Amino acid sequence: MFMKHDFKHLQSAHCENGVTTNLLNNIGVSKITEPLAFGIGAGLFYFHAPIIKINNGPFIAFRAMPGLIFKRTCDALNIPVVRKKFATKDSAQKYLDDCLESGMQVGCQVGVYYLTYFPKEYRFHFNAHNIIVYGKEDDRYLISDPVMEEVTSLSAYELERVRFAKGMLAPNGQIYYPKEATIVTDDQIRKAITAGIKKNIFYMMKIPGNIAGVNGIAGTGNKIKKWKEKLGDKGAGLYLAQLVRMQEEIGTGGGGFRYIYAAFLQQANTFHAKDELLEISKSFTKSGDLWRDAAVQAAGIYKGRIGSQADYNVMGDYLIEISAIEKKAFQALEKIKWNS
Amino acid sequence: MKKEDIPQDLTGLDKFTKEVVYATDSAGNYTTELSQGWEVKAVALDITWKDIADRIEKAKQKVLQNEASPLLYFMELRLMDMGILAAYTGFWKWTIKQHLKPIFFKKLSEQKLKKYAEAFNVSVEELKTMNVHEA
Repeated sequence: MFMKHDFKHLQSAHCENGVTTNLLNNIGVSKITEPLAFGIGAGLFYFHAPIIKINNGPFIAFRAMPGLIFKRTCDALNIPVVRKKFATKDSAQKYLDDCLESGMQVGCQVGVYYLTYFPKEYRFHFNAHNIIVYGKEDDRYLISDPVMEEVTSLSAYELERVRFAKGMLAPNGQIYYPKEATIVTDDQIRKAITAGIKKNIFYMMKIPGNIAGVNGIAGTGNKIKKWKEKLGDKGAGLYLAQLVRMQEEIGTGGGGFRYIYAAFLQQANTFHAKDELLEISKSFTKSGDLWRDAAVQAAGIYKGRIGSQADYNVMGDYLIEISAIEKKAFQALEKIKWNS
Repeated sequence: MKKEDIPQDLTGLDKFTKEVVYATDSAGNYTTELSQGWEVKAVALDITWKDIADRIEKAKQKVLQNEASPLLYFMELRLMDMGILAAYTGFWKWTIKQHLKPIFFKKLSEQKLKKYAEAFNVSVEELKTMNVHEA
């Protein structure tokens, strides 16, 4: 079997943005860049789960639930989407083969633990990675992984294993793609940007409690101040390392996705011509910078270079300051009077 | 972050891939640039793996002292918690809890052992002996 198509692999910071952007480009929607997909998909988020632990550390997320960016972006642009999960491995492979045979490229949700082309140190039981399968040569599926510089391939068995990874957010073979080629007008993009920003304001500002959105960031800041006493130096160091990993790991674009959002607001300005957007973009750059300063402080602690209670307080205060900056930025976005 | 401030630390990431980072150019406009790594996060990953190695070793000792069954060792080795192992094997969590005790583990049927071995990607023999030869 030989199925290969003109496919342009484009590396991106984040996997789901990348899959979204590449799939849309392939059906002729060429104006949606990675930052636009992220912003229209209302991708910016913060969430610190109470109680639940992941890899023996805190469960912290800097972006929206996996799958939402693609869904929201396509919905906002009126692009019909096909999304399928499968009960059996055979039906999952059959469906994929049929898609490829008819010349389609599809997004696949996969787990990274058994993803063979990832180096061992990046392989955790994380099940919300996204890749594009764009063809098949003999027994090998051609893979475009947006976080990688080059395309790669997987055997049928290797692909099946990652499509049926188990645990939290198990993909169940999930496949998704835009149903058909569509024309998207600038006016549609403009409206989608507005809707995306409004949605993001909601998720960052309106969720009660101190686990999500801007309040969640300050919530974590307050928790960090207690980590030294509660967990001891080693435990607290590991918690901070996990925070930094979630914030800076491959796919975030740096600064816990804040830089991508800042880039989005600049690009939004080319559609909306509102100077406020450029100013608010700077606030998110500032926030991203502070997230990175906080990571340097955290590294000082987990390397054992510093570690007094005062050092933890400084660390916690970074997050409290970031929370205030992002809150102000979203309040400013809320005040914008949109024409469309 | 300004483009020129993007860290380019040699951390081993570059052997895998360089990653896209968003940063501003001299005019303040966002652009993308490749980074080959940042020491701050490389160390975060490093201490995480050191901790995992500690946990694996501790689990091994517990098994050798007959305080736990080999399942504990393999759960640490494969970074699996009860939920993940339950999902891969189809056993209930409380069943796994029982099997974590050496006396129950020793009574397991070949078929059940096979399920665990598959989930851990080892042979039944390796599962029993903790003697794993990884490529």
